[in-house]
Amino acid sequence: MRKLAITKLNDLFAAIAESEKLYIPVDGKTGANYELWAEGKTLSDALNTVRSPKDFFFPQTEDMMAFKTEGKKIEIIDTREECEDFVIFGVRACDVRSFAVLDNVFLSDPVDSYYKNRRDHGLIMSMACTRPAETCFCKTFGIDAADPEGDIVCWRVQGFLYMDAKTEKGAALLDKLASITEEADSDVIAEEKALIRARMEKLPLASLTTDAFGPGKTDTFFDSPEWKSLSESCLGCGTCTFVCPTCQCYDIRDFKTNNGVIRYRCWDSCMYSEFTKMSAGQPRLTQVERFRQRFMHKLVYYPERYNGLYSCVGCGRCLAKCPIQMNIAKVMKTLGGKAND
Amino acid sequence: MQELTRDALLARAAELLENGTVDRVLGWKRGEFAYDVTPAVFKSADEMKESFVWGDFCGANFSKYLIAETKKSENKVLAFLKPCDTYSFNQLLTEHRFDREKVYAIGIPCDGMVDIAKIREKADGIASVDTNGDKLIVHTLFDGDVTLDRAEMLAERCTVCKSKKHVAYDELLGEEGDVVDSARFDEVAKIEAMTPDERFAFWQGELSRCIRCNACRDVCPACTCEKCVFNNPNSGVENKSPANSFEEQMFHIIRAFHVAGRCTDCGECSRVCPQHIPLHLLNRKFIKDIDSFYGEYQAGAEVGSRAPHINYTEGDIEPSDAVKRGDENA
Ligand code: SF4
Ligand code: SF4
Ligand code: SF4
Ligand code: SF4
Repeated sequence: MRKLAITKLNDLFAAIAESEKLYIPVDGKTGANYELWAEGKTLSDALNTVRSPKDFFFPQTEDMMAFKTEGKKIEIIDTREECEDFVIFGVRACDVRSFAVLDNVFLSDPVDSYYKNRRDHGLIMSMACTRPAETCFCKTFGIDAADPEGDIVCWRVQGFLYMDAKTEKGAALLDKLASITEEADSDVIAEEKALIRARMEKLPLASLTTDAFGPGKTDTFFDSPEWKSLSESCLGCGTCTFVCPTCQCYDIRDFKTNNGVIRYRCWDSCMYSEFTKMSAGQPRLTQVERFRQRFMHKLVYYPERYNGLYSCVGCGRCLAKCPIQMNIAKVMKTLGGKAND
Repeated sequence: MQELTRDALLARAAELLENGTVDRVLGWKRGEFAYDVTPAVFKSADEMKESFVWGDFCGANFSKYLIAETKKSENKVLAFLKPCDTYSFNQLLTEHRFDREKVYAIGIPCDGMVDIAKIREKADGIASVDTNGDKLIVHTLFDGDVTLDRAEMLAERCTVCKSKKHVAYDELLGEEGDVVDSARFDEVAKIEAMTPDERFAFWQGELSRCIRCNACRDVCPACTCEKCVFNNPNSGVENKSPANSFEEQMFHIIRAFHVAGRCTDCGECSRVCPQHIPLHLLNRKFIKDIDSFYGEYQAGAEVGSRAPHINYTEGDIEPSDAVKRGDENA
């Protein structure tokens, strides 16, 4: 384990940025977001970013290829660029887990080469959560905010940043930073972890469990009458899916230019009326079915497909951002029966 | 603090359910935290007793819900309307969007709604929030209680409230208020005073944060097209996410044009925007211009009025004058 005084954080950022692009959460007009570090940019104190770091690997829009026409000739242009190495600093435990959720989808056969390109080049420096928010419920999904996953895990304790490498990639970076960091004793971190875990126990959603959900529960919940009242005031806006670190649906579109076409993909949302539109229309006719899809996917379909892993990480973004304040925690409480009373 | 108590609303709703005037109630439903209040339809007084709330976080405007709700049954639905909500209510009636006969509207006074985002700037780990007169007591998870001035935590739209008077109701609970002489155009004037470059930079900065979730459009009581052009695969402009930043700005400008003269300035768009984009400023600019070109006009003030720019009169401003003014500003 290595450490560095918080007052020297800027030196750490400068040292990393020497060889790689570094992104850190920076306070903006309306909350924190990841920005490319440059001299003068300081780390936000916010618990988490407004937009999730999934943008780094699965951006909201990206060009896939272009077609250029000249007379009867069509030229296909590969618009991909090889990604450079980059480091994302300060990723919270919930968001680090979201990468595993996305990996299952994008890195299994057929591999999504656009996603993989970025994933291969990204290094994650995660950060333990000393002050979780009331909307946090990562623990529900077996995520430990005191000890996040990632290439390098960081803790901010007593004026120091502690760093522990969890992967080879992480160890290599910590080695490079050896001259500005010092060897640290891990006792402080053990205490910090205990403190964080005690705090997690006190959160309002601490007792929420997934007991009622998971693989094989499709029939149990698919026809629940509660979907109707739960989705009653849903606007179908898709805010919940766009702020969600694990939502992975996209659409592929053509953008016509003067002498060709740019083929791009953009996020899509199961909350939308045109989602997965086929020749016969959208299979989910009303907002009730669309709403059900989102939560069944997170709590039943995904775990069924991927060894029991849930595709909600309890980050709380949808709790904070839904215009009508409906969210996965309310759904779990309503449908989860006794387990979630 | 809201003058009217939850009990008063509950009691009246129970009576109306009991005597059969209505068979359901559109109201605010309690959530996990102080602020996560959800619009819901209650079928009985017991249901309401359990989870109905009325307080500082009941900002959601129910008018638009009436379009869908009135189609569900032949019976009347009870809707609680704050003064600003009644303007949306009238505007929707003007546009024949729902059947007035199927609604029992109760006007309720409002002392302004609190913006949780403002509280979050002062406190984190918000376990609950109590209102005590003009103070808010925020109970936090890590720092004990934090006391804040309620007035400072009000949503922007409430600090410049245009009317405490209800313009539509079947019955009024509590005291009626007046149309207020508010400072709501001050922010617009500030933007008008910018140079074109500054103004462009301002809007680019704001709109570039848009994630195109469409919450602003979906909540907007003026946006009631059965199929929005931006959702129509055959329109050629349908888009789930922006192809580029130019397209993003077009979405907002087109939307602002489309609701011009119909936007009542209810402020729902800015309330729901997850990126806190001050969308109301675009719409208010249109309202301000309509006021100055054609004389003061408030959408929704009465049922059946026509917005001045779609209602020809001889005294109307010449289009060339409007263009000239635009050029002067360029
Ligand atoms: S649940 Fe909330 S955020 Fe999601 S689509 Fe419905 S209204 Fe929008
Ligand atoms: S569903 Fe909500 S809480 Fe769960 S990961 Fe997505 S945004 Fe976070
Ligand atoms: S189906 Fe819905 S919940 Fe599942 S990833 Fe897609 S948008 Fe998200
Ligand atoms: S609510 Fe905000 S982020 Fe969503 S589309 Fe409207 S302006 Fe964009």
